[in-house]
Amino acid sequence: MSLGIVIVSHVPEIAAGVTTLIKQVAADVSITFAGGTDDNQVGTSMAKISTAFDDNAADELLAFYDLGSAKMNLEMAIEMSDKSVHLYDTALVESAYTAASLLQAGVDLTAVEAQLAPLKIK
Amino acid sequence: MLTAQNTITWLDKFGDAIEKNKAYLSDLDTPIGDGDHGNNMARGLTAVKAALADKDDADLTTVFKTIAMALISKVGGASGPLYGTAFLEMAKASKAGTTDLPTLLAAALAGIEKRGGAEAGDKTMIDVWTPVLAAVQAGNLTQAVIDDAVESTKPMIAKKGRASYLGERSVGHLDPGAVSSGYLFTALLEVEAN
Ligand SMILES: Nc1ncnc2c1ncn2[C@@H]1O[C@H](COP(=O)(O)OP(=O)(O)OP(=O)(O)O)[C@@H](O)[C@H]1O
Ligand SMILES: [Mg+2]
Repeated sequence: MSLGIVIVSHVPEIAAGVTTLIKQVAADVSITFAGGTDDNQVGTSMAKISTAFDDNAADELLAFYDLGSAKMNLEMAIEMSDKSVHLYDTALVESAYTAASLLQAGVDLTAVEAQLAPLKIK
Repeated sequence: MLTAQNTITWLDKFGDAIEKNKAYLSDLDTPIGDGDHGNNMARGLTAVKAALADKDDADLTTVFKTIAMALISKVGGASGPLYGTAFLEMAKASKAGTTDLPTLLAAALAGIEKRGGAEAGDKTMIDVWTPVLAAVQAGNLTQAVIDDAVESTKPMIAKKGRASYLGERSVGHLDPGAVSSGYLFTALLEVEAN
């Protein structure tokens, strides 16, 4: 069972930018993102998050987010998804980068989570 | 007791209040947030109105669900999943057979608490929902109860949402979500009076 990463931000460019950053070290990890509202304003969209889950090639996902409503919309999308999604209250850039580099190195979920633990900030 | 018909009227009046006070709500969200609460809510309530337009013959559960889905998909800020979850929980409670207002509102508040993880005193919409629910349960909801609840958020230090990043600097400002929730319950009082 493969592990993938989903990035959720209030701003489309942030979600895309973090994805660009971490893809550089994780060429073989499936990474998808959801940024902004449906009309690309600042905010988050449950529909975009659900699409990011569906489009991800992996069936087990690690999700990272920036602020407030991103977490609430992520949780609603998780409740509606068939995939198993792990949600982390960690610093977005650092934790997404940590997960990406470890997954690329073939590290298992338990070990990845151990490295994410000190990055919890919310 | 809530029916499909009076719930549609309720949301119609709520939508009117949001539209009328859109700029004020966004102004309240400016010093302690990102200045979008009025626009977010107006976008959501416009979607609610459109979605309810052909629901005149629908049952209460369908009406609640329609409202929830419009808010969840169109608001864009934290108030979307929060109000959306409130109506989704009312849809579930009505499906289980209740039309009783206190029971429905209790389910809604539990949903907001679960979704946002905030509690009374955190300077959020919960500080309006909590006393309003208590008054509805006691059978004595008045405009004064609503106004006092909204006003009570002013001296609070925000613990959740965007305002929490300001810490003590959030003191002295009304919480925008508390104000919009006040409009929701004023609209409910108007419906009940008819
Ligand atoms: N965790 C929470 N629990 C309960 N209510 C909350 C929570 N977070 C925010 N709110 C309420 O939502 C209101 C703000 O709604 P708004 O539509 O402006 O969303 P936002 O904070 O801009 O969203 P985002 O999280 O996307 O930045 C606040 O005034 C508060 O009443
Ligand atoms: Mg806001």
